[in-house]
Amino acid sequence: MTDLTKLTMAEARDGLAKKTFTALELTDAFLGAIEKANPALNAYVLPTPDHARVQAKDSDKRIAAGRARPLEGLPIGNKDLFCTRGIRTTACSKILGEFSPTYESTVGQNLWDAGAVMLGKLNNDEFAMGSSNETSAFGNVVSPWRRKGKDGKLATDKLVPGGSSGGSSAAVAASLCLAATATDTGGSIRQPAALTGTVGIKPTYGRCSRWGIVAFASSLDQAGPIAKTVRDSAIMLKAMASHDPKDTTSVDAPVPDYEAVLGKGVKGLRVGIPREYRVDGMSPEIQKLWDEGIAWLKSAGATIHDISLPHTKYALPAYYIVAPAECSSNLARYDGMRYGIRVNGGNLIDTYENTRAEGFGKEVRRRILIGTYVLSAGYYDAYYLKAQKVRTLIKRDFDEAWNKVDVVLTPTTPSPAFAFGEKTGDPLAMYLEDIFTVTVNMAGLPGMSVPGGLSSEGTPLGLQLIGKPFDEETLFRTAQVIEDAAGRLPVPEAWWMKG
Amino acid sequence: MQVDEATVRRIARLARIKISDAEAKGLETELSGILDWVKQLDEVDTANVEPMTRVAAQTLKMRDDVVTDGEIADQVTANAPLAEDNFFVVPKVVE
Repeated sequence: MTDLTKLTMAEARDGLAKKTFTALELTDAFLGAIEKANPALNAYVLPTPDHARVQAKDSDKRIAAGRARPLEGLPIGNKDLFCTRGIRTTACSKILGEFSPTYESTVGQNLWDAGAVMLGKLNNDEFAMGSSNETSAFGNVVSPWRRKGKDGKLATDKLVPGGSSGGSSAAVAASLCLAATATDTGGSIRQPAALTGTVGIKPTYGRCSRWGIVAFASSLDQAGPIAKTVRDSAIMLKAMASHDPKDTTSVDAPVPDYEAVLGKGVKGLRVGIPREYRVDGMSPEIQKLWDEGIAWLKSAGATIHDISLPHTKYALPAYYIVAPAECSSNLARYDGMRYGIRVNGGNLIDTYENTRAEGFGKEVRRRILIGTYVLSAGYYDAYYLKAQKVRTLIKRDFDEAWNKVDVVLTPTTPSPAFAFGEKTGDPLAMYLEDIFTVTVNMAGLPGMSVPGGLSSEGTPLGLQLIGKPFDEETLFRTAQVIEDAAGRLPVPEAWWMKG
Repeated sequence: MQVDEATVRRIARLARIKISDAEAKGLETELSGILDWVKQLDEVDTANVEPMTRVAAQTLKMRDDVVTDGEIADQVTANAPLAEDNFFVVPKVVE
């Protein structure tokens, strides 16, 4: 029998429909792979095999009865930022302890209602703050990708899978699930997708409900999928998105059938190339990747237009005011009184301070302190208000661009995957990972990363597409053209299955 | 250097996070570095610019003012570090 874990979500869906295999067989194949791979990759912080088998058996019954739902029997991973009823949810922070939600996130509920099977909870940077999955309380996630040495053999140094959705990207790339949920506040879906040769889409702010997702920066957070192919990401987003009365920022608009537009092509589509994204020190291979992307779209009938997004360089500094400010406010709820851990002190304030010092990791503490500073008396106007004004200008840049173009093409990241510890010494070096992705969150737009090719080190690089608000369909059909031209980027060798 | 050790300690107190002396020293440099870097926003003229308050134009949603939830005190206190009879048990706050 073929290795079921190597199937795409669309192929697995066909196989289940044709009864080539059962949902339980498919689920068991993934559970076996997780058991073997997780000690090396650490992608899952909590595999849930019993839960998965119950769901899979139910799916098999429904399939047999001819009552299959859109994602019936398809096994996926769920980022540990999504609350799961009766199943430990920690945001990969010590402060939540053994927190076991009494409710399910809306996005999760949508997926289970569509028939999907949950294989377990996936690792991420603590509270989704990080770009390398090195801040998780459960330890680093190791990328299934390795650099290619000069002798053509794989090097042994461990690479990061990107972050914050590093468990999601690593699990999808290593075939430890068909697809995964993820969240993106400044690039946390697109950057890990780019570094692992997978596809990731952050939809327009408001497309997916944020209810039941542990909050980081509420005006920027948005859920989306990481998947093996453009088609699979379309299948996932269709199921995840919905209007939700429990999230007032979720949009009351019908969710299109994203799969239906994949074959539409890009003939006559106007593609914008923003000159401000040609940053100093951009590596020649990133430039080459970008040029290739332009050539693919051109030969598929799109027209290419130089555009200007003048406030691009201010997006990252403005983000590092807005995001920490909202994080310091959101994370004030972790006080050791109502849930999570409590570390007792001599008095109440001591208890608060001990709990939060012990419960939060270094990067989270740093961001809370920055946020507290910029929101403190006398500084609010100089920092937070200023950043929100700059945000208006960033959005205005895009509004003007949409008069000339339908979609924007850029690289996803300034460089390929790096090794552990390479960027942890300097917070600013790590923050620069998000230089091409944060603008999208600041403007609330949809953004998607699709594999474009390999770096000189033999590791994946991604191309980013940015679209108009709620025009995910254009992203999907453009991404399909890039995927058709670039080909998929499977991990060359499952080294983690050997030892 | 715009953040000194006293400021670091003041912010940490406001944020209710205990920091050691060694941490305070390190944070002084780190926070100053980050705040110096975000200061480049001063180059942008925002004199006549409204701050962004929402990312997509949307009319505020209204709903009927009715009770839609409640009577779940056991669920609310289920994850408390210390709870008794559906009450949170907290350290003494009034002397």
